[in-house]
Amino acid sequence: MMPLVRLTGLSVAFDGAPALRGIDLSVAKGEAVGLVGESGCGKSVTWLAALGLLPAKARITGSVMLDGQELIGAPAPVLERVRGGRIAMIFQDPSSSLNPVHRIGKQIMEALGLHRGMTGSNARAEAKRLLDLVGIPDAGRRLDAYPHELSGGQNQRVMIAIALAGQPELLVADEPTTALDVTIQAQILELLQSIRRQMGMALVLISHDLGVIAEACERVAVMYAGRIVEEAPVAQLFDAAAHPYTQGLIGALPPMDGPRRRLAAIPGGVPEPWAMPPGCGFAPRCQFRSAPCDAAIPGLMGLSDQHRAACIRVAPAAMPLERIPA
Amino acid sequence: MKAGGALLEAEGLVRRYAMRRGLLGRAVEVRAVDGVSLKLERGRTLGLVGESGCGKSTTGRLVLGMETPDAGRVSFDGAVMPQPGSAAWRAMRARMQMVFQDPLGALDRRLPIATQVGEPLEIHGIGARSERAARVETLLRAVGLRSDQGARYPHELSGGQRQRAVLARALATDPALLVCDEPISALDVSIQAQVMNLLVDLQEQFGTAMLFVSHDLRAVRQVSHRVAVMYLGRIVEEGEPDGVLHEPAHPYSRALVSAIPHPGRAGQRIVLQGDPPNPADRPSGCAFHPRCPVATSLCARETPALKARPDGRLVACHVAHGEVSAGQGHARQEAA
Repeated sequence: MMPLVRLTGLSVAFDGAPALRGIDLSVAKGEAVGLVGESGCGKSVTWLAALGLLPAKARITGSVMLDGQELIGAPAPVLERVRGGRIAMIFQDPSSSLNPVHRIGKQIMEALGLHRGMTGSNARAEAKRLLDLVGIPDAGRRLDAYPHELSGGQNQRVMIAIALAGQPELLVADEPTTALDVTIQAQILELLQSIRRQMGMALVLISHDLGVIAEACERVAVMYAGRIVEEAPVAQLFDAAAHPYTQGLIGALPPMDGPRRRLAAIPGGVPEPWAMPPGCGFAPRCQFRSAPCDAAIPGLMGLSDQHRAACIRVAPAAMPLERIPA
Repeated sequence: MKAGGALLEAEGLVRRYAMRRGLLGRAVEVRAVDGVSLKLERGRTLGLVGESGCGKSTTGRLVLGMETPDAGRVSFDGAVMPQPGSAAWRAMRARMQMVFQDPLGALDRRLPIATQVGEPLEIHGIGARSERAARVETLLRAVGLRSDQGARYPHELSGGQRQRAVLARALATDPALLVCDEPISALDVSIQAQVMNLLVDLQEQFGTAMLFVSHDLRAVRQVSHRVAVMYLGRIVEEGEPDGVLHEPAHPYSRALVSAIPHPGRAGQRIVLQGDPPNPADRPSGCAFHPRCPVATSLCARETPALKARPDGRLVACHVAHGEVSAGQGHARQEAA
């Protein structure tokens, strides 16, 4: 089956400093994929680049195919139909994504007008239905509320309603719960799951929190310093993480039970984009570093059908697999 | 230092703010902290956990005297805390320090790290000028910074390194108490682990007591000996971290624990309805009752007191104490 979206060799550089260094990733129809990594690893830039949302100074190469249509370098009208239409995106801070001087109903109806040509009472009825769908109580009256009258969790629900207005096939959620309290985070994650089931929509969830990804996604890609370093079904990643960075991320999570042990913190910090190590980006922090690590950037190698990792220790003899169609 | 007794004791702390709604609105009273009592032993860590607006940070500021409580009192090392702002209070502040969430905001961007780490020594007149440089170097090493990094400016360090510098500065006066307000929230996961390890090491090395304010139950378990859960300005449950995490007694703690994202979770998550209430519009009785899945009509009328269960766990809940059998939740009852 052809994937809904396929990124191939997607790279981005700002002023000559690479932010993204060759991303290969595909998302199938209806699939939930998690993208996890620390700040600056490129997890957000990946999708901003794919949707043409980066400033002009960003140099983008590679390919983003949506159902056989190339998005990189596509003319503005094409991108405008895709953005918010076939692919919608929501961000971390809902209150800065919403316009503070417009009522939320108007902001939802604007999206309905743009992507589905709805106007007037039709649009208003659909906006109310969307607010109901995202679980805002008393939706009819809330249409006339301003963003500041709603809580952070409710504003994120409004953002999701706006994203759903274009009936997208893919929703990219960039840290959608990071600014929210844990009990509200649980509500939003539940909401995303139920909407995905109802609408058969694919989801890309970007987060720094492996726990959040584990709950909401089927497959996860771990990013480090502008590359994907491991990709696996969620359960497999937790049971048998292959890349030392992934192992480090899991080890850094304080356990919920058992004796309290020292956390396996990864020493050092993320390399700066203008001072990337010559070989594996993680080598300077890796306890298994050896000479070949600095010689060349390791490619993703297959451990099993769906599990790939970019580390020379994983399968020294294995040849890089052909890209696995999702 | 006196032997025995708690290092820090707070009793019935209350902090109110006046909040005005709109330009001509009537001022309403917001009780950010509404009767909090806590006790912290020497060299131990108390984790204070709750969601935004529950008053955990205000509690941290109150015990340091950075804000004056409207009621209640704080005693430190067996003596009542002097009037905030007085000379006696300032002298005492050398023994209790604060670590904030955002290290970049807590550091002066125009001064090199070593100068800032040495500043408390100057302010409190600790050690001769000649000894201070050596003391700064010891401090930098203790938090895992190299001495050459002391010459750097805050923007030249990473987030984790900056938080280490903030810790070094807080430890300069050899305080008996550190109040850490969300010290790891602004950091990346792998760096969070480094800082949590460091806090545990520093406590072992210097015997510092810590009040660890956080929204992250996992982190609180990792570093604390006791944990107190706050909801809307009150402590609703307090006990050993493992006890509270594995068998939470208060329905709010249960929801909080069940909301922790967790790979391979077994069983159903309790998803709370609605948002945390506005402290300016505090529900009657138990403040949690509108969101509580087991609330009864008693919960809407009477505020439960924080009392010990037979096993020593402190909990403020009518149902947990068996004063009333579990209801169906207040909201649903009303609808029925």
